[in-house]
Amino acid sequence: MRAMIAIAAAGLYRRYGRRWALVDVSFEVPAGALVMVTGRNGSGKTTLLRVLATAIRADRGMVTILGKDPQREPVREKIALLGHRTYLYEPLTALENLAIVARFLGRDSRRKALLERLEEVGLADRADDPVQTFSAGMRQRLALARVLQQEAEVVLLDEPYGHLDPPGFLLVDRVLQRLRRQGATVLIATHLLRRGRALCDRGLVLEAGRLSFAGATSEMPEPPGADGAGFAEGA
Amino acid sequence: MSGLLVALRKDLLLQWRGKAQIVAIFAFGATALLLFSFAIGPDSLALRQHAAGFLWLGLLLASTLSLAESFEREVEEQALEGLLLLPASARALYYGKALANWAQLALLGAALVPVMVVLYDAGTLRLLSLLGVILLGTAGLSAPGTLYAAMTAQARARQTLLPLLLFPLVVPVLLAAVKATSLLILGDPMGQLAPWATLLAAFDVIHWALGGLFFGRVVED
Repeated sequence: MRAMIAIAAAGLYRRYGRRWALVDVSFEVPAGALVMVTGRNGSGKTTLLRVLATAIRADRGMVTILGKDPQREPVREKIALLGHRTYLYEPLTALENLAIVARFLGRDSRRKALLERLEEVGLADRADDPVQTFSAGMRQRLALARVLQQEAEVVLLDEPYGHLDPPGFLLVDRVLQRLRRQGATVLIATHLLRRGRALCDRGLVLEAGRLSFAGATSEMPEPPGADGAGFAEGA
Repeated sequence: MSGLLVALRKDLLLQWRGKAQIVAIFAFGATALLLFSFAIGPDSLALRQHAAGFLWLGLLLASTLSLAESFEREVEEQALEGLLLLPASARALYYGKALANWAQLALLGAALVPVMVVLYDAGTLRLLSLLGVILLGTAGLSAPGTLYAAMTAQARARQTLLPLLLFPLVVPVLLAAVKATSLLILGDPMGQLAPWATLLAAFDVIHWALGGLFFGRVVED
């Protein structure tokens, strides 16, 4: 029996001005899979994740999320995106930022519930501090808490290890394992090949906007220039 | 409705956290009124006759700062996109922001009235009517201003673009608000206040409706 497909992309094209960021990208991701997306800087990873999250539209091609066309059917509430920008309000506190998301989603926005979420990412002691006083790593942790709060079925993480310290790397690992246990489908764009291979079942490799590999992470080719030296993997 | 209340609460909280900016915008408006009074000179009759026009010009100039500022926080970490992807309703986000901007502009207008009274010797005892005109006029600035501030928020020349787009559109608001305020200050023997207030209300209804319709198209890719 064929596994249910959580994400399907067919012939995706996207360009910025005259430069193509995605060229004929097609793949399928079974529900519950943990998929690593890798490729050099500018290869189209972020664009791909933003298209899948419906933050931007593809110029051509078709995306299906959980069997639905996100441009026509309501599926956004089932997708969570951790992007390069944190989606946080800098003048507001960590708690206030999470409260806004909780209220929009109709979830529990009481202090106790939100503190539990902050505890998960190691920020409970900074709950009442404005985000503008946070370091880049702390912002990344809070952005991760924001994603977790959505309790989405499809989770798209763009460079989740960015700015984090070694304990932060372990935090992301734990989050990924938890998402897997919960049955979420996760796409994670990262340059941390060893870590990605260890955590993910499948891999996608993008080269200049084209998909050059889609398959098991164990069969993934080394990307050009990946001699290990440039891919420090933290903890 | 609940989405609108959540959005409004969020925007009022952001405004509260930016209190220093609100004070700076008030200082800008008051300084503009002071400079306009220098341009007229010491003729007290001329000052009174021009008071309403300068009040609304000061408010209009200050409003571009206030409206642009209201989207600064939305674009610096793409928080607005984050809310749209939750998904929060674009319409709720628009009306929350427009209502918060309206409240801020109405407060600013009310705060500039004493400055006008002192600088232009132009008072009125019909304070409730004046408040009504300020509410109607600032609603007419807030609705299209919020939409255009969203359009220009990510543009490089946003400080120039917003007034360029907004000022021609709000000419009817400026005309009607100045006329209505002048009638309150200088007297209204012919009972002309109601038609000008009606014109303001009609402009408000149209632009509050259009803003809600178009905001989604403006902020979505």
